[in-house]
Amino acid sequence: MTWKQMFTSSIGQKFVMAITGIFLITFLVVHVGLNACIWANDNGEMFNTGANFMASMLVIRIMEVVLFAGIIIHTIQGLVLTAANNSKRKVGYAVEYGNRGSKWYSRSMGLLGTLLLLFLIMHIYHFWVPSRLGGIANIKPLQEIDYSNGLGKQYHNLYLEMIQVFQNPLIVILYVLGCISLAYHLMHGFESAFRTIGLHNNRYLKMLRHLGRGFAIIVSAAFAMMPISIYLGWVK
Amino acid sequence: MEHYNMNLTLKIWRQKNVNAKGGFETYKVTDISSEMSFLEMIDVLNEDLINEGKDPIAFDHDCREGICGSCSMYINGKPHGPWKATTVCQLHMRAFKDGETIVVEPWRANSFPVVKDLVVDRSAFDRIIQAGGYISVNTGNAVDGNSIPVDKDKADKSFAAAACIACGACVAACKNSSAMLFVSAKISHLALLPQGHPERKSRAINMVAQMDKEGFGSCTNIGACEATCPKEIQITNIARLNAEYLSASLSSDKD
Repeated sequence: MTWKQMFTSSIGQKFVMAITGIFLITFLVVHVGLNACIWANDNGEMFNTGANFMASMLVIRIMEVVLFAGIIIHTIQGLVLTAANNSKRKVGYAVEYGNRGSKWYSRSMGLLGTLLLLFLIMHIYHFWVPSRLGGIANIKPLQEIDYSNGLGKQYHNLYLEMIQVFQNPLIVILYVLGCISLAYHLMHGFESAFRTIGLHNNRYLKMLRHLGRGFAIIVSAAFAMMPISIYLGWVK
Repeated sequence: MEHYNMNLTLKIWRQKNVNAKGGFETYKVTDISSEMSFLEMIDVLNEDLINEGKDPIAFDHDCREGICGSCSMYINGKPHGPWKATTVCQLHMRAFKDGETIVVEPWRANSFPVVKDLVVDRSAFDRIIQAGGYISVNTGNAVDGNSIPVDKDKADKSFAAAACIACGACVAACKNSSAMLFVSAKISHLALLPQGHPERKSRAINMVAQMDKEGFGSCTNIGACEATCPKEIQITNIARLNAEYLSASLSSDKD
């Protein structure tokens, strides 16, 4: 069995989805933790310091490339698998099977993933592009802020960017919808990923089901509360 | 249980052969006993069709006691009909009410082409079994059944997986037309027993390769197969199949 045979088989392709999916889940933990610093109510000092620490660390710079690779592989493999699976029944049923034994979001991972991709494009445009590419060509750079009591250390004021972006109610709504898509995507994806990599002990599967649902709801709700709390002026 | 007779309207898929374009035909059946099985009800309709000089409805059936896996009707949007853990032959007409309309379709999947009416070609399953669903035994006298100790828990799990009758309802119910519940049942059945160990790795690799070659989809763990399986094969077997396949292919010697 060659690597090619393995990674082009049905289970091999699912394995790619699971591994990249679990990696993206671990990224969410870091992302939600850092972003929660906006609630320190210190005019963004903790958040900006944290973001700057991440941006200036080599490990994180390398992981940023791995992260983009993970998103791209997860997306392409997902689209390839969805298209292949949808082509396996050319003549359909007159009476549809419906939702017996499966949840709608479990059957809609392709759709939820596509919504998440659209959300990600908007999200990257709002924050990653000005933060990383600001100053290049016509891209407006982020404002700088000094927290070093005059020692001259300048930080990107990513916090101010968040405050400005989330003044638009339409964008807040789009972000909340993105978080809802994320929640449903994870409700299925978290447990399913572990099943796909071969976890079959009932005790762990049961544990992961609860953990996955808890993770999906808590992380997505925390993300959704960020634009909402900024828009409502709860963050100072 | 109360016994009653009913009149029904049946919409049944008719298709002359594998290449013909099929369509639904509507039939009325009268005085159907609630004690009949679904297949006996079709038998009654076929008697009428034969008496009228028409072509009877072709359908697969053999044991009529729920163990052969031949009968394969998609009734009102559900493989094997509305009852849980039941094959069509064990589905009785008391599942329906007088005056009801029942839609009957064949299994739908590219890998299960319709041969005629409600009969589909499920030889893809046979070829998957041929690819690895066996064990090697020495010829000669039968060995003592208790000579190899088997852990009770594993024996139970193996037996539960071995209950799969290869009817194809999992494929019929799956939105991806995936055969993984079937393949995982066969793999689990043998992988859990010491007798299955000599070919454990090659079995997983070869059966999955044949499954892909036959054109079945991949599993997305939605659970429709488990919900419809007449033998209640658990979806956990698919996770075990994944483990068997991945460990076999990752530990393979080829580069």
